[in-house]
Amino acid sequence: MDLTTATSVRRVSVLLAALLLLATALATAQSAGPAAGAKPVSEQEVYEVAAQLRCVVCQTLSVADSPSEMAGQMRGIVREHLAAGETPAQVRQYFVDRYGDWILLAPPRRGFTLLVWLAPLVAVLAGVAVVAFRVSRWTRGRRPTPPPVDAAMRERIQRELEREA
Amino acid sequence: MRRGWRWLVPLAAVPVLTLLAYGFALNPRDVPSPLVGRPAASFALTSFDGARLQLSELRGKVVVVNFWASWCYPACYEEAPALERSWRAYRDRGVVVLGVAIQDKDEAARKFIDDFRLSFANAPDPGGKISVDYGVYGVPETFFIDRAGRIRAKHVGALSDQMFVQTVEPLLAEAPGATR
Repeated sequence: MDLTTATSVRRVSVLLAALLLLATALATAQSAGPAAGAKPVSEQEVYEVAAQLRCVVCQTLSVADSPSEMAGQMRGIVREHLAAGETPAQVRQYFVDRYGDWILLAPPRRGFTLLVWLAPLVAVLAGVAVVAFRVSRWTRGRRPTPPPVDAAMRERIQRELEREA
Repeated sequence: MRRGWRWLVPLAAVPVLTLLAYGFALNPRDVPSPLVGRPAASFALTSFDGARLQLSELRGKVVVVNFWASWCYPACYEEAPALERSWRAYRDRGVVVLGVAIQDKDEAARKFIDDFRLSFANAPDPGGKISVDYGVYGVPETFFIDRAGRIRAKHVGALSDQMFVQTVEPLLAEAPGATR
């Protein structure tokens, strides 16, 4: 191998290495971007968001549980948004923006629907209070003072006890 | 004391019954859309005829987007002739009617279009993206978009000629460049 060939081989390999570096850098930069669309999304991640959303064409089913076509499409949309790098909360908000709070299976803990969360708690507390009140009254009422026993009665009891023995 | 509290027991049922009465009186299909008053989501569709439809290109016109399906009987079958009539009546006045067939079989949707001789543009919504963008939860649903590209009204259920006129006329009366 003469000198010129060796130089050109080295030049080509340096160029190749540079190109490779550039390609890697570009690829990394691209996948780091928010709109990469290549982030792997597991079934579990899709399920967790879909389970919070109401299947719009069903009664009392979540998007995760419904076999309907619409729910299938909505799961696809959830997956797409997650793959694009959105957080589960952002994906949920995407649906709320379009359907309103109605799309959420769990009513939001504010405003009128806060009542739904508080009412059972209030009912349980009221029930406990009522039970405690009644129990305390019963236990107080069930300790009556013994009826007075007069001498004749006392004698009779004594007699009957002796007969038994 | 104990007698005095007795009347509280039936009284406790009153709020529960009131809530139930209120709930049952509501129409579960009547869900207010948060989209009314907001800019309409842009979309691009390919019609059954192969034509490209882009919402953004219709700015300046009143656009009526109707979501339907061939399996949606009877409501979609009731409104299809009304939509066609309204489209014919208003097409020269700056109104565009767009039909979007959702969750439908291509063949069945084409048959529906032929059966009703629909002459306005109709397109499928593969993937359901447009349906979700418009918060559609059933068919038929119709959205009225003003000249500025804002959703101004939503109608759930079969649309009548009268409803079409009542909703479209005020939107047509607005100045073309006006924003609310």
